[in-house]
Amino acid sequence: MSFATRMLARSLNVFHLAGSACNNCDIEILDALTPKYDLERFGITLVGSIRHADLILLSGIFNKKAAIRARRLYEQAPKPVVVVAIGGCPCTGIIFRDSYNWDGPPGEYIPIDAYLPGCPPKPEAIIAAVIKIIEGLRSGELVPKSESEKARPVMTPAPKPAEA
Amino acid sequence: MKVTREGALDRLKAALGDRLIAVHEKSPKRVYVEVAAEDVAKTSRLMADDLGARFQIATGVDTPTAIEVMYHWAFDRLGCVVTIRARLDRKNPEVESIAPFCPAAEWIEREMWELLGIRFRNHPDLRHLLLSDDWPEGKYPLRRDYQA
Amino acid sequence: MAKRTIVPIGPYHALQEEPEFFKLHVEGERVVHLDIEIGYNHRGIEKLSEAKDFEETIFLVERVCGICSTSHPLACVQAIEEAGEIEVPERALFIRSTIAELERIHSHLLWLGLAGHFLGFDTLWMWAWRYREDVLDILELITGNRNHYGMMKPGGVHRDISPDDIPAIRKMLDGLRGPLELFRGAVEDDPLLHARTQGIGILTRQQAIDYGALGPTARASGVDIDVRRDHPHAAYGLVDWDVITRENGDVFDKTVVRILEMFESIRIIKQCLDKLLTVTGPIDSNPPVVKPGEGIGHYEAPRGEVFHYIRSDGSNRPVRHKIRAPSFMNVPTNRETVLGATVADATIILAAVDPCYCCTERMAVAVDRQSGDPLWAGGDLIRMSREKTERLRKETGWEGPRLPLEGRGIR
Repeated sequence: MSFATRMLARSLNVFHLAGSACNNCDIEILDALTPKYDLERFGITLVGSIRHADLILLSGIFNKKAAIRARRLYEQAPKPVVVVAIGGCPCTGIIFRDSYNWDGPPGEYIPIDAYLPGCPPKPEAIIAAVIKIIEGLRSGELVPKSESEKARPVMTPAPKPAEA
Repeated sequence: MKVTREGALDRLKAALGDRLIAVHEKSPKRVYVEVAAEDVAKTSRLMADDLGARFQIATGVDTPTAIEVMYHWAFDRLGCVVTIRARLDRKNPEVESIAPFCPAAEWIEREMWELLGIRFRNHPDLRHLLLSDDWPEGKYPLRRDYQA
Repeated sequence: MAKRTIVPIGPYHALQEEPEFFKLHVEGERVVHLDIEIGYNHRGIEKLSEAKDFEETIFLVERVCGICSTSHPLACVQAIEEAGEIEVPERALFIRSTIAELERIHSHLLWLGLAGHFLGFDTLWMWAWRYREDVLDILELITGNRNHYGMMKPGGVHRDISPDDIPAIRKMLDGLRGPLELFRGAVEDDPLLHARTQGIGILTRQQAIDYGALGPTARASGVDIDVRRDHPHAAYGLVDWDVITRENGDVFDKTVVRILEMFESIRIIKQCLDKLLTVTGPIDSNPPVVKPGEGIGHYEAPRGEVFHYIRSDGSNRPVRHKIRAPSFMNVPTNRETVLGATVADATIILAAVDPCYCCTERMAVAVDRQSGDPLWAGGDLIRMSREKTERLRKETGWEGPRLPLEGRGIR
C-alpha cells in the first residue's frame, strides 16, 4: 500500500457528493458533525473542493444528469481517494431502481470502496463506518480502488457551454 | 365583493354558457369543472384575476381517449379546490399557455410539455425543466406507451 | 481540539463545480439576473408510483424528501382517502398531527442552523442542530426512525403512540422552550443579524401572489394562507393555534415566521397529546380496497403546501399520482428577491425560501454579465456572505447573536 494511502488515515478530508438524493443521508452526514456525535474528534473535516478530498461520500441515486457530473468530479479528485456509498441509494438505487431517469448505480462508473446501507444510516452507523475505514487504511486491509490510478488526476475537459 | 362557492360557480357558468361541458360538485371542498381546450385560457383568467383563486398546480394525465390537463385552483377563504379539466387530442395535444398572465404556472407547463408532450402555445420559455437537454425528442416518460 | 475548518457543502450542496443550478448574472457586485436550472434530483417518482400499490407508494413518497418525510405521505394518504372515500378514525388524526408538527419543529431548526451557518454564526448552527437531536430522539421513540417514519397509511397510521411515551414527549417539548426562546431573542434582538437580514431579499406581497408562493415564504410577505387552517384536515381543525404572518417579506421576516411557528407547533402537539389520553379507538380503518375516483390531498409542510393528486380505478395501484412540493412554487420567487442584491447576500436570500432541493442540489454560480465567465462558485458565495458578517462586526463592534457558552454547556 502506498505511502499516500497510509497517510490518508491520519486526518480525513471528506467531500460530500450528493446526486439526486432525498437529502436525508446528507443531513445525517452533517448531523454526524454536530455536537452530539462530533465526527471531528477523529480528525475528520468536510472540505469544499473535490481537489482537497481524501474521502468522497456519495449519496443519492445519481440520475442521468447527475451521473455525468459525478464522474467528472471523481476524475478531478487527487488519487488515491477512498469512495464510500452512504445509504441504500448509491448502493443499489433501492426503491428508485426502475426510474426512467436513471442508468445504474454510481458503482458502475466510480470505483466504490465501501458501502453503508440504510435509509438513512444513523449517525452512529456513519461513525462506525468511518472508524472501520480508518482502521482498514491503517492496517492495509482497505486499499482504495483508485490507488492504481495515476497520482495526477485525469481531467476530462469541461464541456463548452453549448454542449452542457 | 367576497367570493362564495356558489357565486364562483355561477360566474364560471355565466362566462362559458353552453361551452361549459360539465360541473361535478364532488363535495363542499372539491369541484371539478370540464371545459373545452379552447376555453382554458379564458377560464384560468377568470379564476386568477376575477375570482382571486390561488393557482396550486396543474396535472397532466395520459388516458386511452385523451390527454387530460387539470388546473387546480384553491379558494383558501372557502376551504375549496376547484379543478378545471380539459381533454386534449392525444395525437396533437395543444393548449394555450396561461403562464403569460399566471407566472406561477410557468414551470409546471414546462414539466407537462417534457413529460407528456403537451404543447403550450405562447409559453414564454418552453424548454426542459427536469430532463436533460439532450433527452430524445418525442419520448415522453409519463405517457402510457413510453418505452425506456 | 482539532481546528474547525468547516466549509461544508451543506445538505443541499453537491456537485460543487459543474452543474449550474442558480446562475447569478452579476455586474460588479450586484446581481442583475438569475437563471435557475433544476433536474439533478428528478427520479421519476410519479411514474414509479404507478407501479406500486397504494401502501407501497407511501414508502416511495416518503423518500421524495428527507426532511418533509411526513408531509408527502400525509398529503398522499389524504388524496387516496378522498379518492376511495375512506374514513380515518379520530385517534389517527391526532397521531398524524403530532408526528407532522414534530417534523415541522425539526425542519425549522434545521433551516435556522443552515441560515446561521451561511451568515457566519456557526454557534447558532450547532445549537439549532443540537436541539434538533432531541426532537429526532422522540420521533425515534415513537416511530422507530429519526426520519422516514413509515407512519402514514391510507385509513390511518401504522403505529400508535403509547400513553407511556407521552410524558417523554412532553418533557422534550418543555425542554425545547428555553432554547427556542433563546433563538427568538437571538434573532429578534441582535443588530448584526438585523443588518444581515432586514431589508434583504424582499418578496413583495403581489410577487408572492403572482408566483403562487407558499408557506413561510408567502406568510412573511403578508399573504395569509396556511393549508392547516384554510382546508382543515388531520387534527388541525380540532385544536387551537395561530397562523404566523409578517409584512415585509425580507429574510428577517422569513426567519421570524419560522421561529414563531415552532412555538405554535408545540402548542398543537400538546393539545394532541391531551386528546390522545382520552380519545380511544382504532388507529386504522383498514380499508380493503380503494374505490375508483380521484382525490386531492394537501397539507402545510414546513416549506408550504404540498399537493398530491391520486386517480384510482379500483385496482390496487394509482392510475395517476401527481406530486407537487412547495419549493416548486417558492424557488422561482428567487428571480425577484435576488435582483439588485450584492453577491455577498445572494446565499442567504436563496436559502431563505428553505428550498427542499430534493428537486435538485442547490449550487449557485455567479457569472459576469458581459462575458459570461464564471466568477464565483457556491463555496465562494458562502465565504463572501460570512466575510460580510465579519466586516460588519468589525465596523460596528456588534458581536452577533448571543448564545451563552458558559454555564449552559452543550449536553
